[in-house]
Amino acid sequence: MPERAFRLEIVTPERVVFSSDRVVSLIAPGVEGYFGIMANRAPIVSQLDIGVLQYRTADGHWEYVAVGGGFLEAAHNRVIVLAETAELSHEIDVQRAQEAKDRALHRLASGGPNVDIERAQAALRRALARLDAAQRRESHA
Amino acid sequence: MATAKEIRRRIRTVKNIQKITNAMKMVAAARLKKAQARAEAARPYAQKMKELMGRLSSSAACISHPLLERREETNTLFVIIGAERGLAGSYNVNVVHHALSEIGGRPVESVKLVLLGRKAISFFRRRPYQIVATFESRSSDVAFSDVQRLTARVRSMFEEREVDAVYLVYSRFVTPMKQVPTTVQLLPMEQPATEQKAEGDFEFEPEASELLGALLPRYLDTLVYQALIEAQASEQGARMTAMSTATNNAAEMIETLTLAYNKARQAAITKELTEIVTSAEALT
Repeated sequence: MPERAFRLEIVTPERVVFSSDRVVSLIAPGVEGYFGIMANRAPIVSQLDIGVLQYRTADGHWEYVAVGGGFLEAAHNRVIVLAETAELSHEIDVQRAQEAKDRALHRLASGGPNVDIERAQAALRRALARLDAAQRRESHA
Repeated sequence: MATAKEIRRRIRTVKNIQKITNAMKMVAAARLKKAQARAEAARPYAQKMKELMGRLSSSAACISHPLLERREETNTLFVIIGAERGLAGSYNVNVVHHALSEIGGRPVESVKLVLLGRKAISFFRRRPYQIVATFESRSSDVAFSDVQRLTARVRSMFEEREVDAVYLVYSRFVTPMKQVPTTVQLLPMEQPATEQKAEGDFEFEPEASELLGALLPRYLDTLVYQALIEAQASEQGARMTAMSTATNNAAEMIETLTLAYNKARQAAITKELTEIVTSAEALT
């Protein structure tokens, strides 16, 4: 029996990143922890943290998306992810993420009075999420 | 009357100008297309966000958020999106004058400005108002994160009561030939419209009022980002129209000049012939 699928849309302020009717399972980085969604989930609205969102399509393929925080709404078998930033794993520029990570670490370590700790931490977490998503794709391939 | 040589030189000049205006028209048309595509791509997010806001505010019992707080307006902040480059007809003048009329009779010290676009910046630099932040986009690809940095500043000014209201002035894109200067109130934010049928079966994580608190600043970012993209489309549209008119005017001018040139040339030939004939007559 084929798995029951739902519709997933991932949109950012700049573009529609992903849209498909054939997603069967989703794991999202909620602010209160990772949670999973499958077809016919009871309606929910949730805030997303910086992290890796992953979903599986009907052909059994897992895809990883680095998201920079946002919101998720699931209702009537339709999941909408409103992310501030979102990149599919194959779109991620690993070298740039690595550089961003090093830069953020450097800024945090220097601890100068001009360092906006919160921002540096957010930058670090975004970079780590990107690296994580890219690496998990690698290990699957 | 100008000699044929002088007229010929002028024709050449006008032709060169026409080449430039025509090229600029093409470039503006290409950029307009790009800007429109970007506006199109940004629409789903804004649309969904609005829906989500409506859903949340119908579920949140009571909403009190610093960005919704209404107070008497003593200090006002204007966010003005003007032109980045010149040669766009009256585009920048229209926006800037609209902004000035919005500022109206407010006392100078109560008005603060955030300016986007080089032309707007250079216009207001010569005015008495205090400029708190400026933003130039050298390329047309403005990232959402750039806008966020700016709106974060605006939000904190409002929350810390430096200003009591924030207005956004920009050119709404109607058609490539028509741009309408518009004012939108950004802060305090309008209480989001609640949905007609309250769908009480939603789970919220975290609870609705907290979610709404996280959503409001994002929504503000989206509003400004959308306005900026639309203003960019307006600017390119205005430039395309202006350059198209300039190209047509140049064509018209070339036509008149060519006519004048031919007349001058004819006159010179006639004069020469008369001279030859008279001198021939004189010899016989």
